[in-house]
Amino acid sequence: MGEYFEWLFGAIRDYVFYRGDDAGHKLILMLIAIALFVVVMGAILWLVDKPKRIPGWVVAAGFVGPALLALAFGLVYPALLTINGSFKNGNGSEYIGLENYELAFTNPAFQAVLRNTALWVLLVPLLSTFIGLVYAVVVDRTRFERFAKTLMFMPMAISMVGASIIWRLVYDARQSGDDQTGLMNQLLVLVGIEPFDPRLETPPINTLYLIVVMIWIQTGFAMTVLSAAIKAIPDDIIEAAKLDGLSGLGMFRYITVPSIRPALVVVLTTIAMGTLKVFDIVRTMTGGQFETSVVANEFYVQAFRQNNQGLGAALAVLLFVIVIPIIIYNVRQMRLSEAIR
Amino acid sequence: MTTTPLPPQGIAAAEPGEITGPAPESPARRRARLATTKLSSPWASLTAIVLAVLWTTPSLGLLVTSFRPSGDVSDTGWWHVFANPSLTLENYDQALFGGSTNLINYFVNSLVITLPAVLIPISISLLAAYGFAWIDFKGRNFLFVAVFALQVVPLQIALIPLLSQYVDWGINQTFWTVWLSHTIFALPLAIFLLHNFMKDIPPSLVEAARVDGAGHVKIFFQVLLPILTPAIASFAIFQFLWVWNDLLVSLTMTGARAEVAPLTVRVAEMAGTRGGQWHILTAGAFISMVVPVVVFLFLQRYFVRGLLAGSVKG
Repeated sequence: MGEYFEWLFGAIRDYVFYRGDDAGHKLILMLIAIALFVVVMGAILWLVDKPKRIPGWVVAAGFVGPALLALAFGLVYPALLTINGSFKNGNGSEYIGLENYELAFTNPAFQAVLRNTALWVLLVPLLSTFIGLVYAVVVDRTRFERFAKTLMFMPMAISMVGASIIWRLVYDARQSGDDQTGLMNQLLVLVGIEPFDPRLETPPINTLYLIVVMIWIQTGFAMTVLSAAIKAIPDDIIEAAKLDGLSGLGMFRYITVPSIRPALVVVLTTIAMGTLKVFDIVRTMTGGQFETSVVANEFYVQAFRQNNQGLGAALAVLLFVIVIPIIIYNVRQMRLSEAIR
Repeated sequence: MTTTPLPPQGIAAAEPGEITGPAPESPARRRARLATTKLSSPWASLTAIVLAVLWTTPSLGLLVTSFRPSGDVSDTGWWHVFANPSLTLENYDQALFGGSTNLINYFVNSLVITLPAVLIPISISLLAAYGFAWIDFKGRNFLFVAVFALQVVPLQIALIPLLSQYVDWGINQTFWTVWLSHTIFALPLAIFLLHNFMKDIPPSLVEAARVDGAGHVKIFFQVLLPILTPAIASFAIFQFLWVWNDLLVSLTMTGARAEVAPLTVRVAEMAGTRGGQWHILTAGAFISMVVPVVVFLFLQRYFVRGLLAGSVKG
């Protein structure tokens, strides 16, 4: 009997935790996962749906419990472990105090990483928001608005890996004299400039070319949110401003921008937080070579490639710490705009 | 300068997320009238066109390259296709079914990863959002704020311990780790978004059902769920794009094993090892993009709604 159960258990385990290559098996496993999940959720709901016999807190736990458990297990507890691990050495066997952090701030290679991260977090939000705002204003209420917005919005649907490949193709460089296959160098050759590979430029210039990719992705987001904010400006105000003789840039400067200030703050901070965590672009464009690495990429390299978990943990904590001032700024600005209201 | 109007305080307070409530009288006509003065400047039109071209040409280059014969791709730029059109599906055939890339296999993996990783967090967070919105319990506000705050925690901070936990359980490099991780990381935003939408439902609707003797489960399924469908759709698209396009979580959790790794992982790998073979790389990149782009084009409306609710209302 016991043998039989052992065999059954093993068979189920092998089936469910499948590591093989059969597509049919994978798809069935996917359906099993979904079905299993539906059954568990249904059971919870069924249990809490007996209003008389069940105390209130059990009902509440039934609804909120699964999410809270998952977050506690998968986010809060690991975060605490990571903070703890950031004070340990590479394989986590002993505490070494602040050494990991010291390394991250004093080692020249890591200083370059921090410098690059600062460039990303400053430039991407500012430029994406600026371009997105300009575009939202110039296409606002035109006949082509919908189509024009879709064009700029599209990169949001593309993975950062895909976007990086798109831009590597744009940047592709051949020796001067050869036919160029990258659009950028072709244009440069046309105006008589020597072709070059942007990834090999002197750091941190080369980082700027990587930043372009993220701006290309994020501008659509900025444009969409800001466009909605612009449309929320009451028509009366626009008409009144017009009667006062404002138009064009004056309208933009004195009516549009002040009216959408809260949305601008949200867009800037959201993009800044997203940019901080980007590693896909750096990894696909250069793999972090040529001094283009950023904190998020270095985190992955140290934690999972170099197996230096202490340093990896310290870098993850660093990412979290950098987010905090951005959030404080965001909350402050929100308070401010609510106070005005 | 005396005519320069300072922005009246009322404008600054205008809720940016709430798009144009129905204006008092024929808003369409009014808009049309205002539109006649907009974009009158040729500079504005020029700016719009330049930006639109800048934002679309790079993608066009990828698309065109992926359909050109490999010899052409390595000899000349993709724009030569307009003078000398010769197109082929060979690159796609090779990328999808060729022994060395075999992207069809990764395509299946992406699909297997994505569906549960979208459905599971939506259901869990629907329940939680309902609990936070309509059930009174001790510590509710504190817990909700805590969940809300977790949105800003970079997921990197959880990855190392989470992975070692999976290894301890012996489930590393299976789909379960990817499903579980994506579910956990999606919850804070999902709960926050869905809670916002749920709070917008008039309480009288819920009260009326309660008076009729409906329990929480009945209220949830019969009253709220039908109203919430568009909101759920917007989060579903969000999560779908996020999971399908994700590299970090899947790379970490699958260890880039061919049996479980999704398209993004494989295409990123190809970008590293086959950087020069543009015909294969562009076809591969396009294969990884086509599903999200199609989903996005058809359901753009819901996506925008989710974006506005998530970023501005908060």
